Amino acid sequence: MCLAIPAKIIKIDGHKAIADFGGLEQEILLDLVDAKENDYVLVHVGYAIQTIDEEEAKETIRLFNELAESTEE
Amino acid sequence: MQSSQKIARALSNKIHDTVGDREIKLMHVCGTHEAAIVKHGIRALLPENLNVIMGPGCPVCITPKSEIDAAMKLAEEGVTITTFGDLLRVPGSNGSLASTGKAKIVQSVSRAAEIAEHEETVFMAIGFETTAPTTASAILRHPPDNFSILCSHRLIPPAIKWLLERGEAKLNGLLLPGHVSTIIGVRPYEAFPVPQVIAGFEPLDVLYGLHMLVKQVVEGRATVENAYPRAVRYDGNVKALKMMNDVFNQVDAVWRGFPTISKSGLMLKDEFQQYDAVKKYGIRLKEGKPAKGCRCDELLRGLATPTDCPLFGKKCLPTSPIGPCMVSREGMCKIWFDAGIR
Repeated sequence: MCLAIPAKIIKIDGHKAIADFGGLEQEILLDLVDAKENDYVLVHVGYAIQTIDEEEAKETIRLFNELAESTEE
Repeated sequence: MQSSQKIARALSNKIHDTVGDREIKLMHVCGTHEAAIVKHGIRALLPENLNVIMGPGCPVCITPKSEIDAAMKLAEEGVTITTFGDLLRVPGSNGSLASTGKAKIVQSVSRAAEIAEHEETVFMAIGFETTAPTTASAILRHPPDNFSILCSHRLIPPAIKWLLERGEAKLNGLLLPGHVSTIIGVRPYEAFPVPQVIAGFEPLDVLYGLHMLVKQVVEGRATVENAYPRAVRYDGNVKALKMMNDVFNQVDAVWRGFPTISKSGLMLKDEFQQYDAVKKYGIRLKEGKPAKGCRCDELLRGLATPTDCPLFGKKCLPTSPIGPCMVSREGMCKIWFDAGIR
């Protein structure tokens, strides 16, 4: 139920948008977020529920790599 | 750049080192977490003395029979019931919504409102804080008079409060649901005096969240840490929270497997009462009896696992479910059964 899928906003038309779900384009609703074209959002039951912070995503990847490197023999 | 396997192994090693020979019991409250844990074999990467259990994290599973019975009664009276697919086959007191032939699966509440342009439609609104703002947003768009909702939304922090106060599951910490938290943020959990970490749903997200959580437990700290910052902000989704607050009041509500939990449900405010199916159709909710032998109730409180239930995989199957946890894709029994766990 709380599954949310990341998607990239392609085109905004009022409170609706076309979003790219890794190759599949679908209409989503933007009522709950302030997002612009090319933003990544999390989509749940047809609605974008939050924007994805690209810098934070990169920081998490950096942290994961650091963790793996610190335990390398 | 390290491979995912290497990162997973590093996190697994760190968790083993941190836990040592301590017995630690953690609960998550999200079916999507359980699905990720089972699908990616995460329990096999954890020490045996680290027990990760699922609590009331499946909205379909915690929806009481009374509300399913009410929707079925409306369907039998000719009203179109719309809801998310998972709920359709959950047993009520006598059959399921699917057996009424008047229930339609929708992907979103906005589709239910479109159906109401042509026929008398009730949307059975289930889901936690992740989903409730979508219902609020549809109501604020003034759907047709034919549209109303049976509001089965529930709120996660009041259930966590109940579990911690009751103390029966003897938890050392909580892995908090990432997508509920995109809406509510970090603040609502700060009142709880236990180690807590908000985690995402990729396998490495879950392992990383567990790593942070066992560290807190072992170090004797009790704070709320955010291991999913790309999606969760401290204040949550302010716009979505405002819509929820504009549309709903918090009310006491029954959860399947639980007694009434204070302020854990949502009810439409007076100005939107034309959309409240309970008022519109004069519904009286009457609690149904639990199915004999079914242990969903204990499972939802973190006191049992599917394999503890004598019906699991025998009398209770996805094709002929006895309890709700065998129906929903977020139900622990369905997730374990589909993964071949017996």
